[in-house]
Amino acid sequence: MFHRECGFYKTSYEADQAILAFPIARHAVIGLTLLFLVVVPLFASDYYLSNLSLVGITVVGALGLNILLGYTGQISIGHAAFMSVGAYTAANFAVKLGLPFYITLPLGGCMAALIGILVGIPSLRVKGLYLAIATLAAQFIIEWVINHTPAISGGVAAAIEVERPVLFGWNLNSSLELYYFVIFFAVLAIVATTNLVRSRLGRALIAIRDQDIAAQIIGIGVFRYKLYAFAISSFFAGVTGVLYTYYLGIATYEQFTIITSIDFLAMCIIGGLGSITGSVLGAFFITLLPMVIRIVMESVGPYFMDPADLPTIIGQLRLMFFGGLIMLFLVMEPEGLNRLWLNIRNYFRVWPFSY
Amino acid sequence: MHPELEFGIALAAEGVLTGLMYSLIALGFVLIYKSTDAINFAQGHFVMIAAIVVAGALDWWGVPLFIAILIGLAFMIAFGIGLERFVLRPMIGRPIVAIIMATIGLSFFLLGFGPLVFGPAPTTINLPIPDSPIFWGPLYLKPIGLVGAGVSIAFLLGFGWFFIKSRAGVAMRAVADSHQVSMAMGINVERFFAVAWVTAGVVALLGGLLWGNMIGVDTQLALIGLKVFPVVILGGLDSIPGVVVGGIIVGVVEALTSGFVDPVVGGGMKDFAPYVLMILMLMIRPFGIFGRRQIERI
Repeated sequence: MFHRECGFYKTSYEADQAILAFPIARHAVIGLTLLFLVVVPLFASDYYLSNLSLVGITVVGALGLNILLGYTGQISIGHAAFMSVGAYTAANFAVKLGLPFYITLPLGGCMAALIGILVGIPSLRVKGLYLAIATLAAQFIIEWVINHTPAISGGVAAAIEVERPVLFGWNLNSSLELYYFVIFFAVLAIVATTNLVRSRLGRALIAIRDQDIAAQIIGIGVFRYKLYAFAISSFFAGVTGVLYTYYLGIATYEQFTIITSIDFLAMCIIGGLGSITGSVLGAFFITLLPMVIRIVMESVGPYFMDPADLPTIIGQLRLMFFGGLIMLFLVMEPEGLNRLWLNIRNYFRVWPFSY
Repeated sequence: MHPELEFGIALAAEGVLTGLMYSLIALGFVLIYKSTDAINFAQGHFVMIAAIVVAGALDWWGVPLFIAILIGLAFMIAFGIGLERFVLRPMIGRPIVAIIMATIGLSFFLLGFGPLVFGPAPTTINLPIPDSPIFWGPLYLKPIGLVGAGVSIAFLLGFGWFFIKSRAGVAMRAVADSHQVSMAMGINVERFFAVAWVTAGVVALLGGLLWGNMIGVDTQLALIGLKVFPVVILGGLDSIPGVVVGGIIVGVVEALTSGFVDPVVGGGMKDFAPYVLMILMLMIRPFGIFGRRQIERI
């Protein structure tokens, strides 16, 4: 049944600090784990499994960007470039040295973190608009460098084909295996972020977001922590890039253009800034939106337009919905889907005695 | 004269003209920043949508150019007012990152909306300007570039005067400085917000006509907006002379890079050379050549 807080007293510090403080939260998490690990793979077709895998990958990236944007308040419009750094690093190590994924994946993340620190250096002097533009510039410059350095990009097409991940001699090839592969990292990222934002580091980041000068006055090394935020965030982005590479079987810069950067920004905003649930919801929303638009348009579109035009119109509708939703959420519900979820939850928390 | 030097001068002259046309686009951005303190990441998309509306009117209804421009003007005015009323006004007082994201959202909306409503096929706007280039010494000048530069200079001077001398211009600067104090002084803040966005729309229409004539009208036209950032960072975000200087620097750097560096490194350098310059500027003097240094208080 519905659990009510009025019957639950915390009697130890451990209970007070627990991530899942209430039994209902534990039950919900167990339920979700069962749903995604057992029920979905049993019943979903390959098409839905591959879409869910993509959601899993984007969850990692959205969490990373949310650490930077939502928790530290530093904008980055160049996040896709960090992903491409991770992707190409991993692809090169995997192809040239034949390293397995459990080495290339952290390597890709660390390389992206390094580049992220470099890009984050201007954040000492500039913020807001200026940082947005500096990271935008980083996006173009990294893209260009990767494209024009054959040693990194692997030749004219700037794409490197990568073998699917191998675990203990087992080739992860089917969509089901890849789904589990991706979900593992998505869950890891969620747990890591949850713990990060509860730690000293996370609290320092939140203080910087709320008032950076005040944070400095109370003894937080603002510059150092901003760089930490950039490093962690780009590490997540790098891992996202590596996951894309292994998932798609190819590292290509086309996957990581400015559009992708903005996709991830949109996930954070629509999902909810500074919220882990929000990042996950945002990743679901933005990744599945094109699918929903396509299904709807393919079923109702042919009645009033030429079917040949449908693909272009779907593309344009996607852009319109996308931009429109970003504006709508910013104007109507700045805290995003997470706030909507909290409102629903809080209503039922004390239901039916909500007065 | 040395042929390399001659080539360089010819490129630089072309760069100056292109740069002045960048200034025209950047002017819309600076206008909004100066008078509402908002950042418009969608300036390039304003240019695109204005050009698409004009080209659409020309193509569909076959109206004369003059009428098409009037239709474009009416559209941009309505668009500016609507935008201010429904998107920007509810966001007054919110963090700058939120406004940046809202305009990024707007840019995506326009990118889908323009082709959906007015057709995706690329077209051009043919202005009654001759095509044949003018040779003058080592220089090689396109008439459209000269016209564009002239229009840009006229508008930049006009707005320079407007902000310094006119009553409305002073009021707009006051609004940008502090919304609350301006309200207390009896300035109708909301009206000036609308005026600022409408003006930016009208400037974008001019940019759309000139650039649409030069490079054709389709969604690629929006990429011109990416040139705005180096221009305004170099010149200073809230400075009209800065727009001119920044535009010329960006135009010249681009032209010289495309002439001298691109053949060596294999192309593409042209598009981000201004960005490299901009990053240097951000490290040395983030508020630009003519910009106002901002002091932060808790």
